[in-house]
Amino acid sequence: MEMLAPATPKSWYLPSKPHKFCPGCGHGITLKALGEAIDELGIQQETIFGCDIGCSLLAWNFFACDSTQTHHGRTTPVMVGIKRARPELITIGYMGDGGGYSIGSQHLLNSAVRNEKVTLILVNNTNYGMTGGQMAPTTLPGQITETSPYGRDPESTGYPTRGPEFIAELTPEGAYVARATVSKYKQLRRLIRNAIRNQIEGNGFSFVEVLSTCPTNWRTNANQTWNFLEEKMEQYFPVGEIKSPLGKGDK
Amino acid sequence: MEKIIGEPKKAFMTGNETVAWACLAAGADIMFGYPITPQNEVMHYWTRLAPKYNRGFLQTEDELSAGFTTCGAVQAGKKAFTATAGPGNVLMQEPFGMAEAMRLPVLSIIQQRGGPSSGTVVYSQQEVTLTTYGGNGEGHRIVYSTATHQEIYDYVIKGFNIAWKYRFPTFVLGDGYQAKMREPLEMYDPEDKGIEIIKPYPLIGIPGNIGESREPQHLCNIYSLEEELYEVLMKVSAEYEAISPEIVEFEARYCEDADIIIISHGVVSRAADDAVKILRAQGIKAGYFRPITLRPFPQQQLRDVIAQSGAEHLLIAESAYGQLERLTKQEIYGETVKIDNLFMPGVGIIDYDIIKKVKSII
Amino acid sequence: MSLIRIALAGEGGQGVQSVAEILTEAAYNENQQTIYIPNFGLEQRGGVSIAFIQFSDKRIGAPKFNKADVVIALSGRAVGRTAGYSDENTLFVYDSGFDFDKEDLPQQAKKIIAIPAVDTANQKLHPKVFNIIIMGAVIGLTNVVSFEAAKEALEHKLAYKFEKDPSLRELNFKAMEIGKQMAEKSLQEEVDNND
Ligand SMILES: Cc1ncc(C[n+]2csc(CCOP(=O)(O)OP(=O)(O)O)c2C)c(N)n1
Ligand code: SF4
Ligand SMILES: [Mg+2]
Repeated sequence: MEMLAPATPKSWYLPSKPHKFCPGCGHGITLKALGEAIDELGIQQETIFGCDIGCSLLAWNFFACDSTQTHHGRTTPVMVGIKRARPELITIGYMGDGGGYSIGSQHLLNSAVRNEKVTLILVNNTNYGMTGGQMAPTTLPGQITETSPYGRDPESTGYPTRGPEFIAELTPEGAYVARATVSKYKQLRRLIRNAIRNQIEGNGFSFVEVLSTCPTNWRTNANQTWNFLEEKMEQYFPVGEIKSPLGKGDK
Repeated sequence: MEKIIGEPKKAFMTGNETVAWACLAAGADIMFGYPITPQNEVMHYWTRLAPKYNRGFLQTEDELSAGFTTCGAVQAGKKAFTATAGPGNVLMQEPFGMAEAMRLPVLSIIQQRGGPSSGTVVYSQQEVTLTTYGGNGEGHRIVYSTATHQEIYDYVIKGFNIAWKYRFPTFVLGDGYQAKMREPLEMYDPEDKGIEIIKPYPLIGIPGNIGESREPQHLCNIYSLEEELYEVLMKVSAEYEAISPEIVEFEARYCEDADIIIISHGVVSRAADDAVKILRAQGIKAGYFRPITLRPFPQQQLRDVIAQSGAEHLLIAESAYGQLERLTKQEIYGETVKIDNLFMPGVGIIDYDIIKKVKSII
Repeated sequence: MSLIRIALAGEGGQGVQSVAEILTEAAYNENQQTIYIPNFGLEQRGGVSIAFIQFSDKRIGAPKFNKADVVIALSGRAVGRTAGYSDENTLFVYDSGFDFDKEDLPQQAKKIIAIPAVDTANQKLHPKVFNIIIMGAVIGLTNVVSFEAAKEALEHKLAYKFEKDPSLRELNFKAMEIGKQMAEKSLQEEVDNND
């Protein structure tokens, strides 16, 4: 794992710190990267941050940006509504894999097809964290969760959803689609920044899935947590940009 | 039917675990569900038990899907059920509407949590209106509001039977406290208690050859003419009203000479029961009335109790802001008894709260 | 036994809910009426964990209560969080091993006592059995269940661990015993002080 930058992002809302995620949770790392991206782009004033119901809800007052909590799975349409009403605002939706790929999948799919000019960040921790660790669309084959107590069986529940790959298929050229991981912090921050830049430039739908950790529900210690992320998850879910209209000059 | 429990046995468990065992004992074939607190453990226990007893489970992509898959399985002749809460209950109103319209014996367990919106994940009695009248229709539903784990067990079994006997969507309305708390109960196989289990049967995919021994089944829920729908609704309403007296259930205690009758349902009735005993010991003539079925509502029984006691006051106590009160008032329209209330939306009510309120009234 | 209400609170991970489970299981096995309700809000993430427990020989009414007969707070934050459950009839117990603002202690209580469970666990036994010391203390303070029944319920709950490492059994039973004595002693001291 790369070192985390020690300074606190300017766009963080300090009275809500320390944050409430479990120790070792990837949500905190993702939100740090997002905070730094907001700082670098200098967009704190015009950013609207929207979070889903899932552990992402704990981020409702995370940033010193105007923010709104939505419903489980409904962050995408709320962000679309805001953007359509006030295109000058920069809308960043933040959700879990359950919220985005399961209950909110119709919204994700249709807003991608319409190439809505919003940025969505989806945290993939292979389970429903907030509700105590049930199976998610991203749960790996054989993985034990509260609702797959004998291990996920692809025969009866299908294979894990590869979200960015399917969104890339649905979107026209201007869209930005990528997958990052909390184990590669600099890349994570860069891809999130690109996804926001793509909205600022008005190119189209911008989506980043972030591979993340949930030691609480995985019931893993620090070592096992990172092993699962780096070996199991990153193998099934390849990391990198899948689609980018931004110039190759961006490094 | 397959014996699950064997000799009746005592158990000490959570309400959600009780639901899973009761569904098993009632012969449920399959559960469809989507995670939501405080219902999650129904699914957790069911997913552990189901494969051992050859029963099915599917975690769907959301509650709309869970509700509609349940409708589909019921149409195909299986005892299917779902469990949800709060915003999940909101989403399920669309499939529940289909179940109402098409007379599908869907059984749903609702563990109420605080609302509106995501509210709390803890407890409330704020899903009374939604569960009784939540669809775009007339509320042709049967709703049992339980107060103990024993009742959860009993009414889940009964709920399947009532649903399949009368073919109205049926609900067991619990709450976060009942879902999560542990208390003792007795589990049994229904047939050992003389309970006859009503067998499910398919509405589609039925025996016989189309065009030879049977007509094709064409199930519908939309009509071209106002009059057509009107006719159907009047018929169903009449049927619902006709069976209501067989279905209504209630509890009344200490009402005969009561000056004030406390009306509550579900878990709050436990506090009301305690409160009435304490008040009686202090010389205050308090009575206790509890609708067990919220739909159909025991309105005649409540009217009788009011008349017999000559009580001057009703006190409606609920962990909601007037949902039981509205239900009660519409059902006993015309009674002149004075109605007071103790509304504590989204929080628990204990005997102390009720006693204090009663003393402020009398 | 008439109704006894206990609120047990600590940090997530301290094993508060396990103690509640074992105690109520023991009471159930002794044919008592008992109800246990965990708190399960969003506070699970990094918040104070509370168990609401009731024991009685009669049917128990509402599952939650406003005032407890005994409150046990196992961290500084838990003291502040549970002070409201205390009134003039409450025995309020906290662990002496934590620093906290003494102003957080309840305004009203029959008695307030401190027990050294954390220090005892860390120095004499093992940090992991801290919650079992507390369980012993609850029994010492209230006699809600017999020591034997608690032992059996503990054995039932931790059987799989004891199987792997039988020395854990002795450790746990000892922790319970020490907790019980600790509680009895502190009650005794209180009585002496009051003289
Ligand atoms: C309509 C509705 N259904 C269910 C829920 C319960 N619920 C809250 S969070 C959650 C799952 C969260 O999982 P995910 O989106 O993966 O986020 P994570 O907690 O893992 O970050 C669920 C099912 C809800 N709030 N609303
Ligand atoms: S439950 Fe999992 S996803 Fe939620 S805060 Fe804890 S570690 Fe993070
Ligand atoms: Mg998730």
